[in-house]
Amino acid sequence: MNFFKTTAASAAIVLMGSTAYADCGIASGNVNILGNEFGAIQALVAGAKECASSTVTIESNLTTEHRDIQVAALTANPAQYTSAIVANSSIVPLLNEGLIRPLDDLIAKYGAGIKDTQKITIDGKVMAIAFMANAQHLYVRQDILDAAGLEVPSSYEEVIAAGQAIRDAGLMEHPFAMNSKTGWNLGEEFVNMYTGTGASFFKPGTAEPAINNESGILALNTLKALADLSNPDFLTFDSNATGAIWEAGDVAIAQLWGSRASGILDDEGSTEEVTSNTVLAAAPTVGGGDTPASTLWWDGFTIAANISDEDAEATFIAMVNGIRPEVITANNDAAVWLADGFTPGPAATGVFATASAGARPYPMIPFMGLMHSALGDELSDFLQGGESAEQALADIEAAYTAAAKEQGFLQ
Amino acid sequence: MPHKTFFWFIFPSLAAMFLFIAMPIVSVAFQSLFIEHEQVLIEVENCGPFGCETETIIDNDATAAIREAEPLGRFNGLGTYFDRGHLATSEIGEAWSTRESLGAFVSEVMNLPFYRALAFTLTYTFVCTPLIILLGLAIALGVNALPKMFKGPTIFVSLLPMIITPLIGSLILFWMIDAEGVIGKTLQVLFDDPDLSLKASPALTWITLIVYGVWSSAPFAFVVFYAGLQTVPEDTLEAAMVDGASRWERVRYVVVPYLMPLVVFITLIQLMDNFRVFEPIVGFSASANATSLSYIIFADLRGDIARFNSAAATSILTIIGVAILLTPVLIRTWRDFNRKRT
Repeated sequence: MNFFKTTAASAAIVLMGSTAYADCGIASGNVNILGNEFGAIQALVAGAKECASSTVTIESNLTTEHRDIQVAALTANPAQYTSAIVANSSIVPLLNEGLIRPLDDLIAKYGAGIKDTQKITIDGKVMAIAFMANAQHLYVRQDILDAAGLEVPSSYEEVIAAGQAIRDAGLMEHPFAMNSKTGWNLGEEFVNMYTGTGASFFKPGTAEPAINNESGILALNTLKALADLSNPDFLTFDSNATGAIWEAGDVAIAQLWGSRASGILDDEGSTEEVTSNTVLAAAPTVGGGDTPASTLWWDGFTIAANISDEDAEATFIAMVNGIRPEVITANNDAAVWLADGFTPGPAATGVFATASAGARPYPMIPFMGLMHSALGDELSDFLQGGESAEQALADIEAAYTAAAKEQGFLQ
Repeated sequence: MPHKTFFWFIFPSLAAMFLFIAMPIVSVAFQSLFIEHEQVLIEVENCGPFGCETETIIDNDATAAIREAEPLGRFNGLGTYFDRGHLATSEIGEAWSTRESLGAFVSEVMNLPFYRALAFTLTYTFVCTPLIILLGLAIALGVNALPKMFKGPTIFVSLLPMIITPLIGSLILFWMIDAEGVIGKTLQVLFDDPDLSLKASPALTWITLIVYGVWSSAPFAFVVFYAGLQTVPEDTLEAAMVDGASRWERVRYVVVPYLMPLVVFITLIQLMDNFRVFEPIVGFSASANATSLSYIIFADLRGDIARFNSAAATSILTIIGVAILLTPVLIRTWRDFNRKRT
């Protein structure tokens, strides 16, 4: 986890240096940025927009629906957007279709401040510049744990035992929460849990699924035990819902996104009792494994392939301007930044702990998206007690296989 | 009207229908016959903030060459229609030949995404449609009997559910039926069950969606019936009164037969609408317990990889479903039409 070691040192260097960015040095060009909508990306785009001038137009479309439009928007020639802000999973469809360009020559000219750990290198070519990290990890309420006489759990077996103890002590009826909404969120919970077992999703070197095994059953049974400790509405809980439940003080242990931390720890939307007792810890391990049952995510920017070199250059300079140390220092708590200028604060401890404990990144595989969809659609039946774990895994593999055949990954 | 005049009269509509209805359907049907090319995969070293891994990627140059040669993809015939995501013929055959009991066979079929969606879609259609017609007629009769000064405001309020965008309407109700919401909490108190949740069990989710469906579509039936009621001949009604018919008998033997063509019209529209049920499933986050054919199409087109061919096949199956549903009603209308002509 190289970036986590260097971050503290680089933060010090930034504070000493002072760089003037009155002019970004773009002669002319059009920049249009497509990305997800949350605080860190808004800060980045605002930084990029400072490069706008009479000859340079900079526009943006930040929406949570960005994944659904990016392929179509970048397929057009010239592309609708010159830059797409992506994550481990959403870069894959752009790579699959060859819609983003290698950045090596642009980095050589304009990317002196970009660290090697930020470069997403695929087959020797840099295809994206990562600027922040994210992971799901444990949030616990110290006061509730103290009342039940418990330690912060470090494995899911301990989480389940702790949840049961809190319920038995009469402190809370539904002490646990996770992002378990049917669809992408639920799929992600399985991916996290299964990754914690160390097993692989596919047979090596092929697109054939390989989750119908003991690790898959362990992951499912752990999820079922957690679902039994959750509010009965758990299949409708997305990240907004679980964040609200946490802030309302309704749960004692939750597995939530690291990017929620600053919102949860601030003094808005919750009580002093909840915020002062919220402790962020690494994602737990599962089944005696030694790596956290969570996946590491990065967010980064890419440059479209179907645009002129002039626009590509303008976009790259503007985006680099968006992640310059001043922007990051000013928005320090908005994310776990990967670029220079970041001083890890309290909101970053959970992601740091998860990454340092050796959590694995979310797999960047062309057919992982199909597996993720199949997981999200087929798991709810099992979690509601409607079918066995073996049947659920067989269903997932069958649904994935049908989709993968249709997409040409399997014959 | 001479044939030539008639042709020119109808030509603009025909052209628009051809362009905006027929062409897209043909295009979707054509797409559903193809699947993606075989992907050329290579293994490479990928590096990022979390270290390096050997991972599979698509060989873009090789794939581009294949795509250039056959831009539509591989011809798959009706293969997509019969795969597990759609009609799943081989899975059903397998389930039938290895069945232990009829119940086990049905539950295996209901485990397949298409049939799970079809089960909800049909239940929703056949429960909602008659309820909408009955409720719409009841409201229309009620409003019609009101003193004049109350009619305007009552009509406005009755129409509100239809005016609210379905997605927004379902979202508002979704929050109200939450365990912490107004309706959810009231139900918990009424049934004396602190764990009662309308979102958790399949049966309660289905009931919630059906209640929502009736609530949101009844105003449509009401407006149509209310308009129809204004044209019910007074003479016949008065004659019935003279004969000593009660209010119920007048409704049963005069008003309803007179409104029958409107019932057929509303049935047609509602069968089509309800078969395409979609927004409430999104609004109520109900996809764990209830999916519809439209929802499957939506799910196919979202996410990191859009499955156009699969969505196209489901769309065509939906059109076939609507056609099958409407056939009996259309045949009835056709017979009536012929009877009146002779």
